[in-house]
Amino acid sequence: TAAPRAWPPRRPWLRAGLGQLLARTDTEQRIEIHKLRQGDNLILGFSIGGGIDQDPTQNPFSEDKTDKGIYVTRVTQGGPAEVAGLQIGDKIMQVNGWDMTMVTHDQARKRLTKRNEEVVRLLVTRQSLQKAVQQSMMS
Amino acid sequence: MSAAMDTESTYSGYSHYSGHSKKAHRQGSRDRHKSPRSKDGSRSEKSVTIQTPPAEPLLGNDASRAEEGQDDNWGETTTAITGTSEHSISQEDIARISKDLEDSIGLDCKRYLGLTVAAVLGLLVFLTPIAFILLPQILWREDLEPCGTVCEGLFISVAFKLLILLIGTWALFFRQPKADLPRVFVFRALLLVLIFLFVFSYWLFYGVRILDSKDTNYQGIVQYAVSLVDALLFIHYLAIVLLELRQLQPTFTVKVVRSTDGESRYYSLGHLSIQRAALVVLENYYRDFTVYNPALLTASKSRAAKHMAGLKVYNVDGPGNNASGQSRAMIAAAARRRDSSHNELYYEEADHERRVKKRRARLVVAVEEAFTHIKRLQAEEQQKAPGEMMDPREAAQAIFPSMARALQKYLRTTRQQQYHSMESILQHLSFCITNNMTPKAFLERYLNPGPTLQYDRDRWFSKQWTLISEEAVTSGLQDGVVFVLKCLDFSLVVNVKKIPFIKLSEEFIDPKSHKFVLRLQSETSV
Repeated sequence: TAAPRAWPPRRPWLRAGLGQLLARTDTEQRIEIHKLRQGDNLILGFSIGGGIDQDPTQNPFSEDKTDKGIYVTRVTQGGPAEVAGLQIGDKIMQVNGWDMTMVTHDQARKRLTKRNEEVVRLLVTRQSLQKAVQQSMMS
Repeated sequence: MSAAMDTESTYSGYSHYSGHSKKAHRQGSRDRHKSPRSKDGSRSEKSVTIQTPPAEPLLGNDASRAEEGQDDNWGETTTAITGTSEHSISQEDIARISKDLEDSIGLDCKRYLGLTVAAVLGLLVFLTPIAFILLPQILWREDLEPCGTVCEGLFISVAFKLLILLIGTWALFFRQPKADLPRVFVFRALLLVLIFLFVFSYWLFYGVRILDSKDTNYQGIVQYAVSLVDALLFIHYLAIVLLELRQLQPTFTVKVVRSTDGESRYYSLGHLSIQRAALVVLENYYRDFTVYNPALLTASKSRAAKHMAGLKVYNVDGPGNNASGQSRAMIAAAARRRDSSHNELYYEEADHERRVKKRRARLVVAVEEAFTHIKRLQAEEQQKAPGEMMDPREAAQAIFPSMARALQKYLRTTRQQQYHSMESILQHLSFCITNNMTPKAFLERYLNPGPTLQYDRDRWFSKQWTLISEEAVTSGLQDGVVFVLKCLDFSLVVNVKKIPFIKLSEEFIDPKSHKFVLRLQSETSV
């Protein structure tokens, strides 16, 4: 796999503790994942759930049970997603610029597993991030 | 009466004895009195007795005293004992005897009067149409116009209608009166008055227009009699509707609470007068409520006594009996004091539960084992072994000793021992053996206290009832009416509530409108 390019440069606080995250002002995070080749497939190392054709009330990670967005339900150990800093429970807002908040489950899967892409750039939001920022704004 | 009130206050402690010892008291004191104690205790005065010197203990060996009483010089060593002594009958016992006496006499006169009036009126009414038809024939036979087939047809119809009326009246009214109520039934009285007025007016018309003028139109007379019988049938219909049908539809729900232990039940009633509602409640009381057991109340009474026993009030500021101030001070002190009686109650109840369960387990095992010793002989086997055959009573007596002790202990723990004598247990056992009952079916009667009807009449504590009500007892039930049915030892408080008006609307659901979707939550790994 190619060496990671800077887009934007990998910020050191992606894996930093919560205290340093308080410095950020928005609640979103950009994560760049480099796909791993396994045989004939390119895998990212996580599982997604959700979508506009799914039942939002069964989503354990969403705060609002009518949220039909795409969530990360599992992150495999040591896989590319974990290395890049993706965490379980993250909501994926964009993939490579494509919106993921109003897509069906299948469309989301297709956007993530395009055969000719080796790097996917995700815009995710996380509850712990949101709460931390809210707390810092209130205090 | 003030002297009698004095004795009543002295007896406040004694009236809390359990029924068992009170009866022993009564019997003991009766044994001691030489004069034959007939039930003339209807005079509720103090009993003055002459006895041998009272140097005995309180709950003494009453039986032995009977023989000791045969002292030769009792004339010199006697002591007159007034009502304040422990050995004469308490005020409550006297009240009980007097009420038992009133049971048999007194109010029957009113009941019989009502019955005779109704019977006489009924007979009169029944004979009236016949009299209407026969009188012209008897009095002025020659002047009557001949009326052939029409009259005969009418005679037949009169005969059958009278027969139907007779059967209907017998079915509706000729019943054993099952209760004695304080006031007259309003509807019954109204109906009797109505019938009387009706028949009276018919007779009046008949007497004036027909007898006096010696009307010759016999057909008209017969038709008049037929119209009377028709109207009587309609009055009979009215009687059915007023007396029987109107209260069948439930309109009120009645809550009955027993004052001593809070056991409560709900019943549904229709439009009834208060006295009839009380009758329904009492009939159901004997079937639904567990028997009143005064032995079960002693625990709470002793607790109540202990609450107030620890505090004494001393008036330091001087003379003057400030009673309300004293009681307020006591209540405040009791609230502040940190007493652990709730703890005691909890552990006592848990302990009692455990003991009862243990004894129950022992009892069940003993009875099961006892029942295995008995086997029913079939018909063929009966000829083969004639020597050892026993009838149910003997079989019961044979297996009873093995379970007697466990049963006695269980009954003592649950304080039911006075409700079951050995004779009654043996009878029940032979009954169960005869009917092929299992040990559990035999024990069903003893494990839990049953309704009052199950037990012997002497143990009921509830035979004479008084209806206490703020409204007139013949007025109908209304929402919010409260009345009390009181007997000597406890009372039943009855609260009436109206069944709410139910507004029911309909909704149509098309059977084809039942459609479903799958709600998925799939997870895909990428």
